[in-house]
Amino acid sequence: MSTVTVDAHSDDHAEHAHASGFLRTYVFSLDHKVIGLQFLFSTLIWFFIGGMLALGIRWQLAYPWAPMPILGNLVGAAEGGQIAPENYTMLVTMHATVMIFFVIIPVLAGAFGNFLIPLMIGADDMAVPTLNMLSYWFMWPAFLLIGGSFFVEGGAAQGGWTAYPPLSVFASQGQTLWLLGVTFVGISSMMGSINYMTTIIQMRAPGMTMFRLPMTIWAMFITAILQAFALPVLTAAGFMQVADRLLGTGFFLSDGATANNMAMASGGGQPLLWQHLFWFYSHPAVYIMILPAMGMVSDILSCFARKPLFGYKPMVYSISGIAGLGFIVWGHHMFVSGMNPMLGMSFMVATMMIALPSAIKTFNWLGTLWGGKIEYTTPMLFAISFVSMFIIGGLSGIFMAATPTDIFIHDTYFIVAHFHYVLFSGTAMAVFGAIYFWYPKMFGRMMNDSWGKVHFFLTFILLNCVFYPMHILGMQGFPRRLADPYQYETFQNLLPLNQFMSVCAFLLVGIQIIFVINFFGSMFFGPKAGRNPWRSNGLEWQAPSPPGHGNFDFQPIIYRGPYEYSSPEVEEDYYPQTQPPPEKAEESSV
Amino acid sequence: MKHFWTFLFLLVPIGGVATFMVAPYFNIWLPKDVSEHGQTIDNLFMFILYLTGAVFIATQFVLIYCSWKYNGETSKEPVSFSHGSHALEIVWTILPAVTLLFIAIYQMEAWADIKMRPPDLKPIVEVTGRQFNWDFRYPGPDNELYTEDDIVRTDGKLYLPYDETVVLRITSADVLHSFFLPNLRIKQDVVPGMEQIMWFKATEKGEFDIVCAELCGWGHYKMKGRVYFVDRDEFEAKLEEMRQDKEYHASRHRRG
Repeated sequence: MSTVTVDAHSDDHAEHAHASGFLRTYVFSLDHKVIGLQFLFSTLIWFFIGGMLALGIRWQLAYPWAPMPILGNLVGAAEGGQIAPENYTMLVTMHATVMIFFVIIPVLAGAFGNFLIPLMIGADDMAVPTLNMLSYWFMWPAFLLIGGSFFVEGGAAQGGWTAYPPLSVFASQGQTLWLLGVTFVGISSMMGSINYMTTIIQMRAPGMTMFRLPMTIWAMFITAILQAFALPVLTAAGFMQVADRLLGTGFFLSDGATANNMAMASGGGQPLLWQHLFWFYSHPAVYIMILPAMGMVSDILSCFARKPLFGYKPMVYSISGIAGLGFIVWGHHMFVSGMNPMLGMSFMVATMMIALPSAIKTFNWLGTLWGGKIEYTTPMLFAISFVSMFIIGGLSGIFMAATPTDIFIHDTYFIVAHFHYVLFSGTAMAVFGAIYFWYPKMFGRMMNDSWGKVHFFLTFILLNCVFYPMHILGMQGFPRRLADPYQYETFQNLLPLNQFMSVCAFLLVGIQIIFVINFFGSMFFGPKAGRNPWRSNGLEWQAPSPPGHGNFDFQPIIYRGPYEYSSPEVEEDYYPQTQPPPEKAEESSV
Repeated sequence: MKHFWTFLFLLVPIGGVATFMVAPYFNIWLPKDVSEHGQTIDNLFMFILYLTGAVFIATQFVLIYCSWKYNGETSKEPVSFSHGSHALEIVWTILPAVTLLFIAIYQMEAWADIKMRPPDLKPIVEVTGRQFNWDFRYPGPDNELYTEDDIVRTDGKLYLPYDETVVLRITSADVLHSFFLPNLRIKQDVVPGMEQIMWFKATEKGEFDIVCAELCGWGHYKMKGRVYFVDRDEFEAKLEEMRQDKEYHASRHRRG
């Protein structure tokens, strides 16, 4: 094992020596840290674009059909800034697409997975650096296809991010580009996941056993497995839909299919088949979008509670349980789809059971805080808020797991509330926390903590003002993806509440400027961070900040897990994974 | 303000509960229910709301307690160097497992009643989702669909008798739609090429919204219908009136 590492190291050096130009160092880099940062910057830009698309949606829900000032043109509205109904369906489709495929999945697996995995397991790089570089560059065809689809005739995809046929099969060109774009994201994720699995299994430093891995790495590992097993199904389904659109097959079309003033000669297929294939990927993908966030939050909580993570092994078993159960719950997206209700019942039971590991994790996070000595740094605030918000997002899931209540709340804002509490209030807040936490390792400087707290405070208040009222909207049956819900008598009284939510949404996006300035400003003006500014146990904090090519300037040897804070064995309240135990230290000095 | 963040996190349970307590005063709540089975759904919703509400408050208060008691600035206690507790893990695995299983089993009966035990009745109407309208076809005097005397309406108005169980045959002519009656707690996606039935019993007269709840294209937002629940006698009279309506009579032949 150690010889392999040394060989890889010397290879790298040879390569590094003759190709260290700008292009090789910053653009087509093989270094996992640069690739991680490339993912981070790309996803932050798309995060901004996705946020703009969301504002288009919020504008229409607050001021239906009124021209949208300034931003109207940016969100693809018609001349004069009015959002046409087909533009509205495009906005909801593309907001979800961008946020899921270009932000959440690549920021977790691509940015943090890449940056942290080798550093946290004590490797000098990924197992296959070239594949790693390709996994980033395969995002670019997707960026171009989906970004470019806004400008083709008929605009970008309008069939919802779920792309349900027959509508998606009859949709304009943008849908084909969308399908190809998502396929490229899939290829990128697949390359990444193979690399992550191999690296975590093969390249751990001496002494780094599986049960000494930080939760972040465990979560990345399980996520990679989920991706590797679920993605082929989505890719196949995507090609089948492309074939239905372009080659005249009829996988997802019933006989005599007509829509959008078009007819298709083919038939004999089943629209529900797509839903099964799509959700077979996209339900595990829900966990791909939360597990790494959970892992990073576990690490941050333990570090700033100055206390070992409560129930490490139950946490590991929980995420493994989520991964296993995650493959047999997809049908809960289809309770009212026309799927056999008997089948719905078995999916319901599996879905109820998958709530269990999440509950166990929540209790263990609370257990971690209990009896600690909490330092309220910016990353810690984001991590605590993740727990607080995830409780809401987790509990609201039970409403839709229960089949009879799902009949009523399916496709309403109750669902929208649920997944925004998990994905924005949960994952995005964890990502913010992770950026504040690992920023010193990425750039060698600290972000401003006071402005970080202002950013946290405003984001926390505003996100709750935007997303919490969605629960009661959904309780009244307010449907999602509807350009003008107020023409229904049942929903007319909900306009003022929607206006309040929209104002808060605009503010929520606006105040992110604090983060942007802090993020970029700190690169130049932030105080220099030492190797371990947070007094953390994690292996990555033993490397220089930022780590050079090859990461460690010594051979890390691991003596313990990453959560031995406030150990009675040592004076300090932390006990790095590489620090030899006291008796060993005496031996070596003798 | 050493405990500033504790107060911030305290806003979560307070705001969370207050929102649900204040909402009814602004008339934001489950819409009026006029169906027989709707009460079951509403009761289940409220049961889950109270149950999750209790868990929500309890867990948030543990979090708030920790954030106050173990604040590094004020806490004098040494950190408890603990890696977990086997007994606690078992307790907080079994308790939620039992609760979740209970909910799972408790709601099965309702689901089976609503979805799996169709009454032995012929469909009183066929509903067809079509971009962007709900079409209704009544079987006419012979009580058989797709015969000469069918009554086809494309004006988005559905007439049904109240106080009796009715069976609807539902399907789609083009893409997916979803037949959503908020006031009857009914929602069913309609799928082209698939014929499904749904059934319910309205307990009140009146007119209510028919909402399309599945994205079906640019005009999804305007795919709006109304359902009218009337007496059986009134319903028969309405059917007769519609049958006499020459314009619609002709449209039936056009559609073939």
